[in-house]
Amino acid sequence: MSQLKKLSVWIGYLVVMLVLPQFFDSILSISIFNQMAIAIVFALSYNMLLGQGGMLSFGHAVYFGFGGFLAVHTLIMIEFETVYFSILFIPLIGGVFGLLAAIFIGSFSTHKAGTVFAMISLGMGELIAASSLIFVGFFGGEAGISGDRTYGPPFFGIEFLRDVEIYYVAVFWVFIATIFMYLFTQTPAGRMANAVRDNPERAEFIGYSARRVRFISFCAAGLFAGIAGGLFALNYEFITEENLNAATSGRVLLMAYIGGLGYFIGPIVGAVILTLMNSLLSNYSDLWMLYLGIMFLLTVLFLPRGFAGFIMMHQVAWVKGSIKQLALPYLLTGIPAFLLMLSAVALVEMSHVEAGALQFMGFALDPALLTDWMMVGIVGIGSLIAVRKSLPRLRDAWESANTIPNEDGN
Amino acid sequence: MLEVFIFATLNGLVTGLLLFMLASGLTLIFSMMGVLNFAHASFYMLGAYFAYSISLYFGFWMGLIFAPLIVGVLGAVVERYGLRRVHQSGHVAELVFTFGLAFLIEEAVQFFWGPDTKNYQSPDILDFPLFTLFGQEFSAYRGFMIGISLSIFVALYHVLTKSRIGIIIQAAITHPNTVANLGHNVPLIFMGVFGVGTALAGLAGVIAGPVLTTFPGMSIVLGSIVFVIVVIGGLGSLAGAFIASLLIGLLQSYAIASDVGMPELLNLLGVEFERSHPLNDLWTLTLPQIAPILPFLLLVLVLIFRPTGLLGKREE
Repeated sequence: MSQLKKLSVWIGYLVVMLVLPQFFDSILSISIFNQMAIAIVFALSYNMLLGQGGMLSFGHAVYFGFGGFLAVHTLIMIEFETVYFSILFIPLIGGVFGLLAAIFIGSFSTHKAGTVFAMISLGMGELIAASSLIFVGFFGGEAGISGDRTYGPPFFGIEFLRDVEIYYVAVFWVFIATIFMYLFTQTPAGRMANAVRDNPERAEFIGYSARRVRFISFCAAGLFAGIAGGLFALNYEFITEENLNAATSGRVLLMAYIGGLGYFIGPIVGAVILTLMNSLLSNYSDLWMLYLGIMFLLTVLFLPRGFAGFIMMHQVAWVKGSIKQLALPYLLTGIPAFLLMLSAVALVEMSHVEAGALQFMGFALDPALLTDWMMVGIVGIGSLIAVRKSLPRLRDAWESANTIPNEDGN
Repeated sequence: MLEVFIFATLNGLVTGLLLFMLASGLTLIFSMMGVLNFAHASFYMLGAYFAYSISLYFGFWMGLIFAPLIVGVLGAVVERYGLRRVHQSGHVAELVFTFGLAFLIEEAVQFFWGPDTKNYQSPDILDFPLFTLFGQEFSAYRGFMIGISLSIFVALYHVLTKSRIGIIIQAAITHPNTVANLGHNVPLIFMGVFGVGTALAGLAGVIAGPVLTTFPGMSIVLGSIVFVIVVIGGLGSLAGAFIASLLIGLLQSYAIASDVGMPELLNLLGVEFERSHPLNDLWTLTLPQIAPILPFLLLVLVLIFRPTGLLGKREE
């Protein structure tokens, strides 16, 4: 990619983030955007560990939460005028403390990658989450601690009363964090992280300490997780034990994995998809976590490189110009597959609805009526058959679209 | 003091043996496939729920027999159609898969059985005090739990070391290719071990459900502790898992039963602190308070100083 093209991608990223509130200006959408911003930084920092460094962590929320707690404590200090600076820099405070926590924990956990690292991260995560309920003075117990962002000095007259003002602060930090995380992948340290992930022995032979390389990635990931925690503190003005426990660690793993670990853009995609699912689906169904679990397992089984990987799979066909051949087979399989998914969801919802009819996609489905069950069932079975019938055609089209003809024409 | 000690020991034994039923399957699966099954405790939870549903219609004893069987079949299906597929994408993908499975099973349990606690009862026939010591009763059901877990341990040990199938399994762990060349179906053995391991977890759920309450969070409560045990005992070591299970069970039980803490320690040292000190929470810490985090503390210490665990040999 030429320099100009790269630059235009970054400018496009910034412009999209900046103009989004102009099109979606409801309170709900601003709050969703803020969640997305936090999730993007957090998921990208997680990818520094797992995607780029090959370290599977089950305790990444520790750095997020630790940064967040210190950020809220700083907010409280600003409120009581112990310190005096603009709340614009709160995420940086979170980042510094995330980094400090990572330096401490990383000093002994990055000895090895693989299962040992995963287990230490799990143990430390559980340890800190459990201690947070014991040390009430700092962590605030079950209720957590809260601050108020409006007491700080105004920034050019802005007092950060509204969420949309925080959104622009978040955009600033998300953009900076994304740039730095991208640049990190281009540095020798970032390149060596990939080498150590793929073959630590070889990396050691050419003179790099695998442990040191892992430690550097680990600290950088802690820094950016802390920045995400600081953004969280600014947005919600409170933080609880929930933000550093295993559930949060699991969620960021889901985001990064569903988005696609191997690509820089993957975690961004995952963060956007999961935040949208979280805030939109949870309005329609209290079973959305079940769907999320199913989606996650299907991703691991069938799209091991995530959504970003799925998009990148089409690169060959795109360059070859044969992507058009794929459109019709995709439609022929995609539409029945979508119908199959909808009917499965309808069956699940019908068996879960408490009383009366269920409004689903404009249809009224009554669980008491056998005909409704049969109707949904017939749609489901019909679309299943259609998917199975059309799959071979899709496979053939995929083959022919991706085969690069040899020079002698075969 | 003595009665507290004896009862703490007995309770620790019950917990420890229960933990071993989970840990044995987990460590066996790990030594075969090299993957730590995050969903292991979820199978334990499924065991309790299946047994609860069966006990509503056919009584406790039917649940004791059939619930582990159902869980075992489910486990085998997961191995055959899930894990085996993910295996090609590497160990991280496998870990992530079982992690997602644990997530999904928890949600599925809430979907089928609801989020509330189930009234899963121990059988009436075991509802009498086994013996009375210092005026405290030790219920027969707890004795039954000890009996079941011990017999499982003996049976497992016997099968693995003495029987032909056990020898094939042991060989398949270290030399899968040679075993396959000798004409044994190694993937089938893997599936079987996974099924038996999850069935053991299910059995643990069946007998633990009435005591530790049957609710959708029960897998989380035990899940990470079982991990701790397997890692402390040494990944893949059955004997290590046994020692670590008892160790953790007793440790937690003693910590909860004890009444010492930082205040007593500080008194002993003659140091005094004011209650308004910012580190007040630290100075007033008691042992029962930190009982839940002791296993994790132990885990981190073991991993730092002896990454192979107590009896583990496997180097990465």
